[in-house]
Amino acid sequence: MELLQVLWDRRDFFASCLGEHIRISLTAVAFAGVLGILTGIFISRHRKAAAIALGIINVIYTIPSISLLGFLIPFTGIGNKTAIIALTVYGLLPIVRNTYTGLANVDAGILEAAEGLGADKRQLLLGIRFPMALPVIISGFRNMVVMIIAMGGIASFIGAGGLGAAIYRGITTYNMTLTAAGSVLIALLALSGDFILSRVEKAVNRRYGIEQSN
Amino acid sequence: MNKVIEIQNCTAAYGDSEVLRNVSLTVEKGEFITIIGPSGCGKTTLLKMINGLVTPRQGKVSVNGKSLANCSMTALRRGIGYAVQGAKLFPHMTVEENICYVPSLERKLTKEEKKELARKMLEMVRLSPDLARRFPRQLSGGQKQRVGIARAMAAGPDILLMDEPFGAVDEITRKDLQDELLSLQKETGITVIFITHDIREAFKLGSRTIIMKDGIIWQQGTPKELLDNPKDAFVRQLIRKDEEHELF
Repeated sequence: MELLQVLWDRRDFFASCLGEHIRISLTAVAFAGVLGILTGIFISRHRKAAAIALGIINVIYTIPSISLLGFLIPFTGIGNKTAIIALTVYGLLPIVRNTYTGLANVDAGILEAAEGLGADKRQLLLGIRFPMALPVIISGFRNMVVMIIAMGGIASFIGAGGLGAAIYRGITTYNMTLTAAGSVLIALLALSGDFILSRVEKAVNRRYGIEQSN
Repeated sequence: MNKVIEIQNCTAAYGDSEVLRNVSLTVEKGEFITIIGPSGCGKTTLLKMINGLVTPRQGKVSVNGKSLANCSMTALRRGIGYAVQGAKLFPHMTVEENICYVPSLERKLTKEEKKELARKMLEMVRLSPDLARRFPRQLSGGQKQRVGIARAMAAGPDILLMDEPFGAVDEITRKDLQDELLSLQKETGITVIFITHDIREAFKLGSRTIIMKDGIIWQQGTPKELLDNPKDAFVRQLIRKDEEHELF
């Protein structure tokens, strides 16, 4: 009850935090999505590069998010820009890995059939490999979106906006309700992002005739 | 004499292991060639050399008088039908999209063109036009194989390469498919190269049968020639399987 009261009383503050959170997250999602899918396509063609790239991304993943933000401050300063860079870097892992796995696991016999029928390299990638890998890529994309939204909460520690600002303010002023309200909104945002993408996933699977599993 | 395919002294290898050794073969227009031999004898490699999926280490391959060494692979392949075991249909495309795949590589087809082509090809392989909207996973093994042939034939090729296309279907369906392929070949006059591991299939379909062993063409001839004059014990044994079934 107290929580709802706080949300209502400070609705302008929360609305602006929410808007900022969405803006930062979407920007990071766009960067990580494009970069991740392109990287995934590239390393699926160069198996040697794949081991190296996935290794590097895995190592980055083990760096605590808060220290990654700290490392970035000397280079990119504080604020939204640094937050977006950090979130993009973190978002890369699921999307690169899934794009790579999806593309690498396409049935070699089907690829050879397409090649034997006269598909060129581009037609093979865009017409066969990519659509066949799409369900796996989308599930990686879903992971990435949820992760970026959730992690966006700590971005306010380096002066970025978003719902983390509410959490941070709650912590520094011993106002647990404010912290809880910020956390709940982040969770809700992540869940709605996931829900929207699950619909997209269903639509894509229907288009490509894949049996619905859930 | 109308040489459609000419393979001259070709050697092919994967890494260090030679799979084809100095093979030569000439195929004339309208022939139905069946190739048979134990697994690993190089029959699939020989087939893939014709559409450039395998490049020979030595030797020369020509299709329709043009050397494969200096021609566009994609253009060449679009003019050659290719059907393989298990059909290998594209699972994310409907039957119609699968059938229209090769013509669509050249240019975007209109909805009407696709529909018409799918209808025509489905009729050709004796399938109901209602299947056009289905996805491959909704088809039986025999239906998939028929769609695979329809896909291979859709661009109206004059050569059809088939790699054990009926290997994964049951006996009754296989017999139907064989009969239909034979009449299809008679109607269109298409040149067919057909790999099989079933000697009865090889003799039933082939106007000429090639027996391969250890990367070379061991013996070739019409079914009758092979039956009358088997070269050695290996060929005799291969053929005897057939006599047991009293097909001839």
